[in-house]
Amino acid sequence: MDIQLTEEQELLRASVQRLLRDQYGFDVRRKIVATEQGWSRKHWNSFAELGLLAAPFSEEAGGLGGGPLATMIVMQEFGRHLVVEPFVETVVLCGSLIEHFGSQDQKQQFIPDIIAGDSIWALAWTEKGSRYDINNVTVTAKRDGGGYILNGEKAAVIGAPWSDWLIVSARTSGDRSDRDGVSLFIVDRRAANLDLQNFRTIDGRSAAEIRLREVKVDAGMLLGAEGSGVLALEQCRDIAIAALCAEAVGAMAELNAVTLEYAKTRKQFGTTLGSFQVLQHRMVDMFIAHQEAISLMQHLSLSLVTREPGGSKLASGAKSKIGYAAKFIAEQAVQLHGGMGMSDELNVGHYFKRISSFNIQFGDPAYHILRYARQN
Amino acid sequence: MELQLSSEDAGFRDEVRGFIAENYPTEMRVPNPETDLSKEQMLLWHRILYNKGWIAPLWPKQYGGPGWSITQRFLFERETSRAGTLPPLAFSVTMVGPVIYTFGNEAQKQKFLPRILSGQDWWCQGYSEPGSGSDLASVHTKAVREGDHYIVNGHKTWTTLAQHADWIFCLVRTDPAAKPQSGISFLLIDMKSPGVSVRPIITIDGSHEVNDVFLENVRVPVENLIGEENKGWTYAKFLLGNERTSMAGIGRSTRTLNRLRKIVESEIPSDDPAYLEFIKEIARIELDVLALEATELRVVAQMSRGIDPGAAASLFKIRGTEIFQEITELTHRAIGNYGLAIREHPMSANHFMPGPEYGHTASERYLNSRKLSIYGGSNEIQRNIIAKAVLGL
Repeated sequence: MDIQLTEEQELLRASVQRLLRDQYGFDVRRKIVATEQGWSRKHWNSFAELGLLAAPFSEEAGGLGGGPLATMIVMQEFGRHLVVEPFVETVVLCGSLIEHFGSQDQKQQFIPDIIAGDSIWALAWTEKGSRYDINNVTVTAKRDGGGYILNGEKAAVIGAPWSDWLIVSARTSGDRSDRDGVSLFIVDRRAANLDLQNFRTIDGRSAAEIRLREVKVDAGMLLGAEGSGVLALEQCRDIAIAALCAEAVGAMAELNAVTLEYAKTRKQFGTTLGSFQVLQHRMVDMFIAHQEAISLMQHLSLSLVTREPGGSKLASGAKSKIGYAAKFIAEQAVQLHGGMGMSDELNVGHYFKRISSFNIQFGDPAYHILRYARQN
Repeated sequence: MELQLSSEDAGFRDEVRGFIAENYPTEMRVPNPETDLSKEQMLLWHRILYNKGWIAPLWPKQYGGPGWSITQRFLFERETSRAGTLPPLAFSVTMVGPVIYTFGNEAQKQKFLPRILSGQDWWCQGYSEPGSGSDLASVHTKAVREGDHYIVNGHKTWTTLAQHADWIFCLVRTDPAAKPQSGISFLLIDMKSPGVSVRPIITIDGSHEVNDVFLENVRVPVENLIGEENKGWTYAKFLLGNERTSMAGIGRSTRTLNRLRKIVESEIPSDDPAYLEFIKEIARIELDVLALEATELRVVAQMSRGIDPGAAASLFKIRGTEIFQEITELTHRAIGNYGLAIREHPMSANHFMPGPEYGHTASERYLNSRKLSIYGGSNEIQRNIIAKAVLGL
């Protein structure tokens, strides 16, 4: 049950670790986030050269065939280093949508560019009133000759300002919350009449409000069958949740490590913080929360590999439980660092902010516990 | 959650499952097996397992263990606990048995081990004393050597099921001048010896599980000393490590959680806001169980690859007991007004118990399970252990 990594997987882990240790220290990350662009093409190219962008894709699609476990390995390390580049958006979300639901032409047109690091993608599924419901879509797509015309607004689309391409969910039929009638479209982010209002996210990334006014899309850019977008997005959400959970687990590992280190060195009242029993027990609970999160993360990723039934329910369960665990660890890490935990200079607060953002992406822990409970 | 099992392991699992279904005594299916069974009834399943050769999964083959792999032991534990069988008396099989075959001499092994396996001897644990709490090394019971005997005087307490016991294994102080942990010896005492008396302690759930055991000038033959004099603390710690291994209690928590779900479904209308609260809580605990189970599987997999589980037992003890306590609390809450009622002890058909049958043990289980975070090294002690052993604090 414990994932015993294959030699290939060990190699992947070791090479990501080495790359990030050498090139993605906290100071480097801070500088990347502070640039106007907010992410680093240079690092993205290094990821591509190392094969990280190819790792999860199947071999038929030109990838390395690593699947959900490769994603898990990469994301844990990205979580440890707070990597801001849009791996989840480009490779995990849009990449897997194209791989699993795209036509042959679409796969050939887009996946090699993703793997080479030449295109950045973002998934535009959220809207002002949708909260976390995938089927709650008001953007419309009307047939127009050989293509479609898209109208409406998407909200809080992570990575959109960085992207070359968007995958947009739009309604081709049905009412606002119907499961049927939502379709996915590949849209050029620089298309005419597509306007972005960019903003910074809590965790140092970039997102946008998107307005589509009579945006023309070719019929060949319909992704998957017309009207079946909700199913595709649900499947993609499970994969994305597994990736995000792995990222959170990586962040938790780092928070626990730095907090423990701090507790052993920082002195108060003539003794180390770690000698106070109340803090020892707190850190034990942080340790346990992390261990349980690792277990659930592995269990979820393995069940995606074997495509066990109930995988979607499990994804919600893991998102909720790991979300609460990550929040607990992040809050306690700040608390145990005292005033320093509030300082922007220290990395702890940045992990805290990444975890806060993780807990919103694709639904907060309360949303997912209810989704899990309702499938009981 | 299912393990990916080899075909042999899957065959073994099916064999265990089938054996339980065919052989578990219906007499033992009572509302609360921990309190409602007589000694003879408790021993029924013990004897069936003994005859099958499955009574002591942890024991080496030479002493009567079945010679199972770590995975097989785990599967046996999991199947028996999922099926809700009453485990064989832990004090005999899990605790004193391994101490005897690990540290005892040949004569002691010959004398005691077969009787433990067959269920002929019922053992209880003489560790705790009044005032000792979680600090077990503060042993006051004295054993003074007099020729071929020790003369033992003292008072043991919280002694589980001592009312049934034939033997008690005791920590006694043999060197009053030494530091607390170095002057202790591990002594086996026949409960029929003159000077041994047992007084029931009734706990808040109304049951008689634990006792005071008084030792007044009890003469214990020197041959009943385990290992060396004054080395008892080493054996005691070894034993406590065994005590904590199976405390995740996944099977028990899963069963009681399913029961709770059924109670909520029949007690609370689905349009009542309380219903949503309950199903949310149930989902949360179900995920806690799942995470703990996945952690347990991870540790089992590591152990079968030869990796030391470290302080994993403490983690299982903490989370396993916290989870079970929450389930009993929610169950007590779910039955509403009938949570006021509690069954009378000793049991009698004449006593009236109101409300649906599924709620009859809710109050006593809620009360009784408070003990879980206290015994076997309180959860605070377990946190101390992890802090020291894992975090290096």
